[in-house]
Amino acid sequence: MATHEFAAQAHAHAAPQGFIRKWIFSLDHKVIGLQYFFLALTAVLVGMFLSLLMRIHLIWPTVPLPLLGEIKPETYLSLLTMHGTIMVFFVLTTAPQGGFGNYFLPIQIGAPDMAFPVLNMLSFWTTFLGFVVLLAAFFVTGGAPLHGWTGYAPLSALQSAGPGEGLGADLWIISIAIFCIGALMGALNFITTTLDMRAKGMTMMRMPLTCWAWFITAILGLLAFGVLLSAGILLLMDRNLGTSFFVPLVTVNGQLTGHKGGSPLLWQHLFWFFGHPEVYIAILPAMGLCSQLLSVFSRKPIFGYKAMVYAMLSIGFLGFMVWGHHMFMSGMSPYTAFAFSIMTMAIGVPSAIKTFNWLGTLWRGKLRFTSPMLFAIGFVSLFVTGGISGPFLAQPVLDIYLHETYFVIAHFHLIMGVASIFGIFAATYYWFPKMFGRMMNETLGKLHFWLTFVGAYAIFMPMHYYGMAAGLRRYSQGTEVAWIQHLLPLQKFITIAAFVTIASQFIFVFNLFWSMKKGKKASDNPWEATTLEWTTATPPPHDNFGGKTPVVRNGPYEYSVPGASRDFVMQSDEEIKKKH
Amino acid sequence: MADSVVSQDIPSVYEPSLFGTYSKKIGMWLFLMSDSLTFGALLYAYSYGRISTAGWPTPFHSASIINATIMTAFLLTSSLTMVLAVRASVQHDAKAQTLWLLATMVCGAAFVVLHGKEWSNLIAEGLTLPMFPAVPGHEANAEFANVAKSVPQFPSTFFTLTGMHMLHVTLGIVYLGVVALRRKFIPVLLVLWLIAWLGTPAYSPFHYGSHVLLLAAIVCGIILWLKPKVYDSSDVEVAGLYWHFVDLVWMFIFPLVYLMSARIL
Repeated sequence: MATHEFAAQAHAHAAPQGFIRKWIFSLDHKVIGLQYFFLALTAVLVGMFLSLLMRIHLIWPTVPLPLLGEIKPETYLSLLTMHGTIMVFFVLTTAPQGGFGNYFLPIQIGAPDMAFPVLNMLSFWTTFLGFVVLLAAFFVTGGAPLHGWTGYAPLSALQSAGPGEGLGADLWIISIAIFCIGALMGALNFITTTLDMRAKGMTMMRMPLTCWAWFITAILGLLAFGVLLSAGILLLMDRNLGTSFFVPLVTVNGQLTGHKGGSPLLWQHLFWFFGHPEVYIAILPAMGLCSQLLSVFSRKPIFGYKAMVYAMLSIGFLGFMVWGHHMFMSGMSPYTAFAFSIMTMAIGVPSAIKTFNWLGTLWRGKLRFTSPMLFAIGFVSLFVTGGISGPFLAQPVLDIYLHETYFVIAHFHLIMGVASIFGIFAATYYWFPKMFGRMMNETLGKLHFWLTFVGAYAIFMPMHYYGMAAGLRRYSQGTEVAWIQHLLPLQKFITIAAFVTIASQFIFVFNLFWSMKKGKKASDNPWEATTLEWTTATPPPHDNFGGKTPVVRNGPYEYSVPGASRDFVMQSDEEIKKKH
Repeated sequence: MADSVVSQDIPSVYEPSLFGTYSKKIGMWLFLMSDSLTFGALLYAYSYGRISTAGWPTPFHSASIINATIMTAFLLTSSLTMVLAVRASVQHDAKAQTLWLLATMVCGAAFVVLHGKEWSNLIAEGLTLPMFPAVPGHEANAEFANVAKSVPQFPSTFFTLTGMHMLHVTLGIVYLGVVALRRKFIPVLLVLWLIAWLGTPAYSPFHYGSHVLLLAAIVCGIILWLKPKVYDSSDVEVAGLYWHFVDLVWMFIFPLVYLMSARIL
């Protein structure tokens, strides 16, 4: 059989010539990582704009907007659907894994590139195509679909179910299916790269926790997206070939649809079998990154490295066992609900271990409050705040009350949305010097952090109260509902907080582009970190290490080692002799 | 070839990989894991429909079962020829390798053609999806028509599962063709596309389905343009993994969809 030498040759490819092969159809994982990053940046701006429109509509439902006119209730549902889909798929899944994972996984494990560069390129362009198809849904007859990012049947399965459920919904499903294919190609590549291309000495247990997180995320993606792909195909058939997988005998506007015998619950099972792992696909890379940054900026080894790895593995494993907790409303047997409930609460254990270890890492460290560090600490805060409402929702009795309210919106936005976004911000501030050769502005970074941190809480804490007071989600005109009239000031407060938070994101965007041109020149290792990406040039050469392959002799978190000449020992430095 | 000799003792720049194997093989196993979940979801949908529907029909008469058995025989034979192709590639017998690969493709093609004919017959006799156009000049079988009307889940799951599998076999043939003939296969593929497109009547699902071959030709063309290299024994082995997997999936579909829906008693 083939050897590793053979493997090394197979992966090597010459530096590309010409603009198109270098920047457009590039095989270089670093360029592809940047492409993913900018795709996610575009997507997040679109998604954020949609949420702004929704917030405006919620407090001034009848006020016409410049250029867009009045937002009708069905348009509100379209905005909601597109906001969710864009954010979950093209931001939270794309940026941390496709973007930073692509750029830094190979460098951190000491590889010249991903295992399959062509596949890597194809996975980006597939994802890009998916995004274009999704946006196209805005511009077709009937507009964007209104079935939510979860696409519950039968609403999503019937062409006649409403405006936007025509071609728009077809494009939505096709976009998701395309995204699945791209994500599968990416996941396969990540796992193979991690298993097969670690530099000499980079054993699995010497990998930075970021690499572990990307690796486990890729495994989740590999197992979850295949199921969503099938579900999407079946949904597309229900809509266009007249099959009835998800549609029972129903009437729309008094007309029989011609479908019968299907089950909307089948869609929910298939969707959430993907959907719950997807939550971890969004959050795990941020967890790995946060572990990394807390160690770097506390100048201390990560507290409980192995516990962190096993906690991530068990979160990933349990993530496949709990999809039913999204379906407590479906009338499932209380015994089944009980089983899902127990499994869900069990996830609290590894999550608590992680939080404990993050705090243990900070404990008595020499803290350096740089922008990436602030975002990492902010992540821990949001993870706890968003996570603590999890055990409430994990109990069927409470969930049945809370599920259709803003309480759930607040919960998943804090933990899956904002916490992951904080991970993305932290990663951007942390790795920007390596990616672009310059530092981002610290003052703007800190301003951005405080505005976003306070803003995120100001938006999502009131949503918990609004939800507990039975403020129902998906209602486009809460102003018309009698029992929540008195909570309108709360909604106004949320909208104003959203204005401020969204506006402060432009500080980040400005900082990003301004620093690329005008930022302070970065040294090769500005944060005095230990992992391999800081041993190479800034920005890294085409093959990452300039023709050499690094040899790894130390673990990833050797900070403040007693007796060492400086307070960090890099992974490729001389081996530390440890006293046992 | 030197690069396929076992040389684990030579100091490598990498950590030992999983099971000491090469990336492409790991990649293919991972793809198969994910693909088994894709099929798993379809089989789940099938089981869900079957269990939740009272009076699931068992309309397949012996003609269908015999046809499916012959198809199964072709597919099993193709796995044997695939093994022989892998063996020839390990022995560096290029000619035998190409011949066995072509034999595998022929068996696979026979499977697809038989399956396609069976689909066409079923559709013509009334076991059809609502959106498939009616077949002109064909007498509907009352029983099939009744099944399609009373239990739409039956034709839905049947066409989805077997269609997805047929797609996998077709892409497998393309894959083997590229490994066996490389660039020379692209014109062959285009000819096959034209035959499938023009040779099927406009109302047949295969008339539209044939464009999969055109799409495959384009994708293969791009891949061969990006990586214009000679394929070696490892590529044959990896292609073999895929082929055996597709065969294995059929071993689930054949009993679940055909045998359990056979009218034997």
